[in-house]
Amino acid sequence: MIEFRNASVVVDTPDGDLTVLEPTTLALGERRIGIIGANGSGKSTMARMINGLVEPTSGHVLVDGRDVADDGREVRKRVGFVFTQPDSQLVMPTVVEDVMLSLRRVEKDKNARKARALEVLGTIGLADKADVTVHALSGGQKQLLALAGVLATDPDVVVADEPTTLLDLRNTIAVADRLFSMRQQLVLVSHDLDLMDRCDRVLVVDSARVVFDGSAAHAVEHYRGLVRA
Amino acid sequence: MTGLIGIYRPGTTLLHRIPAGPKLGLVALWSIIVVGTKGWRASLICLGVALVIAAWAKLDARRTLRSLRGLLIMLAIVSAFQVWQRGWEIAVSVSGDLLALFLIGLVFTTTTPVDGVLTAIERGLRPLRPLGVQPERVALAFSLMLAALPNLIGIAGETRAAAKARGLERDPRALLTPFAIRAVSHALETGDALHARGLGDD
Repeated sequence: MIEFRNASVVVDTPDGDLTVLEPTTLALGERRIGIIGANGSGKSTMARMINGLVEPTSGHVLVDGRDVADDGREVRKRVGFVFTQPDSQLVMPTVVEDVMLSLRRVEKDKNARKARALEVLGTIGLADKADVTVHALSGGQKQLLALAGVLATDPDVVVADEPTTLLDLRNTIAVADRLFSMRQQLVLVSHDLDLMDRCDRVLVVDSARVVFDGSAAHAVEHYRGLVRA
Repeated sequence: MTGLIGIYRPGTTLLHRIPAGPKLGLVALWSIIVVGTKGWRASLICLGVALVIAAWAKLDARRTLRSLRGLLIMLAIVSAFQVWQRGWEIAVSVSGDLLALFLIGLVFTTTTPVDGVLTAIERGLRPLRPLGVQPERVALAFSLMLAALPNLIGIAGETRAAAKARGLERDPRALLTPFAIRAVSHALETGDALHARGLGDD
């Protein structure tokens, strides 16, 4: 269960304080949660707060009862994060080594680490690329690898911040299918309304506030209305 | 130029089987020997030994040449300058030493999985923990260094192409400013990604 308790984010700018997220109170327990909104609306900030990448200026964000600000290390073990740009997320020379890097904090034995990494790569369709340099992968394969690095440690929640924005249709489908078939709770930030349709609950964020919270169909309709207004 | 780092290629040679820690020590020793010996004859001997070791590690000749292409071009320019300024002996000595060092570096990265190197660094630095050294972070910094070079070269290539598209390929500001901004941005994103993966939390 992810909880926002009156959580807000305010940042200093040369022009004064800028509210990135107004005080927000929410409990997110559904399996597939979508967040849509315009660029700069605050949706990525919300997503980053769940992993502790952004800490609330006031209020609290909790994952399974653990406060992200006080217990960030434990929260990050439970919450994986997939970024828009996989190149920033992949830091090892080869595919299998990048997944093994994620496993270093949970598995001390090298052979077990490699076996687990290969197993995860198999589930994601990249087993045959294990010894290939990460720079030789296509955009979609890189994003799948980034996801494999997250799934390797078996988190309870996966937060994905516009993971398909840079991908073509074929790769979007491959990444989305993998995200929606995971056992983990998914929090998906996206502009892709087709992906939102697959979510159990969708939040619409506009001007640093959650302006709609409900079913996918109604949320998409609300968002279309906002865009046209 | 990215190939200078080399990518691990699984193999069965003795060099593949030597654990990463001792191998890292041997590379350090090799570097001291190459830098410590003087004269063009010694440099050619070091280069010869490095070539034998590269062959022993079964480095693919074509791939190795491709990896060293950038370095060879740079060495040709440096050597020409050295011949002009200080004589051919110095040119042979400098180029031979650099090639001998890079070749052994390539042998090391090609025969050693990075995971093994990280474990060796962590293990080697563990005694320094009471002094405030965090072995996991040093190992992580090492892996980031390996990843940074190809990424930065990629950014430089894209920045150069963008400047060219605008007809600004001769304007250093059009090359350096976006490169610096993107490099810093990439570093920040990588930091966020590592943080999100819980690396460095320990």
